[in-house]
Amino acid sequence: MLGQDATADQIAALRKDLGLDQPFIVQFGHFLLNAVQGEFGISLRQGAKVSQLIADRFPATLELAVIAAGMALLLGIPMGVYAALKRGTLSSQLLMTFSLLGVSLPTFLIGILLILFFAVLLGWLPSFGRGDVVKIGWWSTGLLTAKGWQHIVLPALTLTVFQLTLIMRLVRAEMLEVLRTDYIKFARARGLSNRAIHFGHALKNTLVPVMTITGLQLGGLIAFAIITETVFQWPGMGLLFIQAVTFADVPVMAAYLCLIALIFVVINLTVDLLYFAVDPRLRVGKAGGH
Amino acid sequence: MLAKPAVIEANSLKKDLDGMSNPISRWLSSDVGYSFRNSKTAMVAAFIAFVFIFCALFAKWVAPYNPFDAASLELMDSLLPPAWSADGSTKYLLGTDDQGRDILSALMYGTRISLVVGMASVMLSLVVGVSLGLIAGFRGGWLDAFLMRLCDVMLSFPAILVALLIAGVGRAVFPNADDSLAFGVLIISISLTGWVQYARTVRGTTLVERNKEYVQAARVTGVAPLRIMLRHVLPNVLGPVTVLATIQVASAIITEATLSFLGVGVPPTSPSLGTLIRIGNDFLFSGEWWITIFPGLTLVLIALSVNLLGDWLRDALNPRLR
Repeated sequence: MLGQDATADQIAALRKDLGLDQPFIVQFGHFLLNAVQGEFGISLRQGAKVSQLIADRFPATLELAVIAAGMALLLGIPMGVYAALKRGTLSSQLLMTFSLLGVSLPTFLIGILLILFFAVLLGWLPSFGRGDVVKIGWWSTGLLTAKGWQHIVLPALTLTVFQLTLIMRLVRAEMLEVLRTDYIKFARARGLSNRAIHFGHALKNTLVPVMTITGLQLGGLIAFAIITETVFQWPGMGLLFIQAVTFADVPVMAAYLCLIALIFVVINLTVDLLYFAVDPRLRVGKAGGH
Repeated sequence: MLAKPAVIEANSLKKDLDGMSNPISRWLSSDVGYSFRNSKTAMVAAFIAFVFIFCALFAKWVAPYNPFDAASLELMDSLLPPAWSADGSTKYLLGTDDQGRDILSALMYGTRISLVVGMASVMLSLVVGVSLGLIAGFRGGWLDAFLMRLCDVMLSFPAILVALLIAGVGRAVFPNADDSLAFGVLIISISLTGWVQYARTVRGTTLVERNKEYVQAARVTGVAPLRIMLRHVLPNVLGPVTVLATIQVASAIITEATLSFLGVGVPPTSPSLGTLIRIGNDFLFSGEWWITIFPGLTLVLIALSVNLLGDWLRDALNPRLR
């Protein structure tokens, strides 16, 4: 932080300034006290406040993760239902083959292939950065400009592929399981339309396991965002973290990990609460009905 | 006339005996071997995996050039496309990179590094996971509860994040690590994410095996617990572990490639497949796609063939699915 030709006095002064001359326990106490207030000190490399750095980068990562998760759910569930209902047809076989490929391709390779096709060969979409961003308070969003949307397509697609294939395979497996149950046979015997059976009865009952996995995967999405952000030079937290890891910038790493842990806890709590919204059986059990 | 059948019988018996003496044909006539001979997918996957492993192991002799020998590099030959394109040269089958290194040779050496790191981390996580799982399942009690909670915590974080974290801490602790230390940290960071799977699988099977009669018999005859664990229980829980280890090799190789791609993996002096992809990525925009696509393709083919082998092995070892 002082440059190469700092004098011994300057170094000692900075050490005192940063509190590095104090005993380890005292330093750790300071760290804890500041950390619970959201302050993780100063980045060793960039010289800026870590909380500020993270706040600057957070919107980019969240927008990317939310769009990717939305795409994975909106495409994955219908594809899974389709593959289950049309089991054995050519189109569902194609879907399953595609999903096998999606699971075996590493995330960064998907990103590179997408860049090669859509940015280099076809020149349709930009391949790095966020494009134009609009500031709303401290939140910077790329979702209000056409450029911003163009820029998010490829990274979001990269991030989606793995989740999408996972959700699709899961929904398919659960659907096949549910379609064999007695209550589906009974619903058919009642003469309900296929549509009502498939979506009103079967799909609803597959949602609990799907939600559990999706919740866990949402956390994974934030982790995989590290890779996607590196490939597309997306200025999010993941890129910040990778730079911090490369240069052993401990305050940034600590702050990022605490934030990730917090996000995991929030997601798991939300998923647990959502169970009650989706599954009436759990509500009845809690109300002491039986 | 009457003697003929006896001769045939003797001949086939002799053939069987000859076959038995050869471990490969003995394996082929076993149950698993039978299922292997009848699965086209397994044979193709095994062939592809074998080719890659062979090229990687004998890279020194198979590779047309030595990519680490600076004296043999020709800057005139840099950035040549693959041999089949118009500007390509038959000297370099898959083209060259910016320093005139032959991509095919770099691939072979890179695959070797990827495989070594992948295998080593699988070995380490296997030993750690199997021993912890055995202890947890056999001892039970607070130790079991503690280890399983630890597994839950590890599982709730994505593997790549844990590996990145350990690699990052390793870098912070040893800022000026030499190559062998960097390899050590990398292997440990990958295996620390992998052991959980083994521990859970082994614990589950151990819980079942623990109450079986042969274990009780061993206990009654006064065999020491450690000996029961290692000699009696361990061999019976290894089936699922074999399948898991196969699949984990693929995921370890991919994790290693991802870490190297992110720049926190193997040291730059010994480029693995991930490093090659990372280097090639810089040339993607100027149209030199072959530098990054061939390592990528190699990675996918290895992962896919190992995964298919693992799937086949799972089916072959599981009698219920037959």
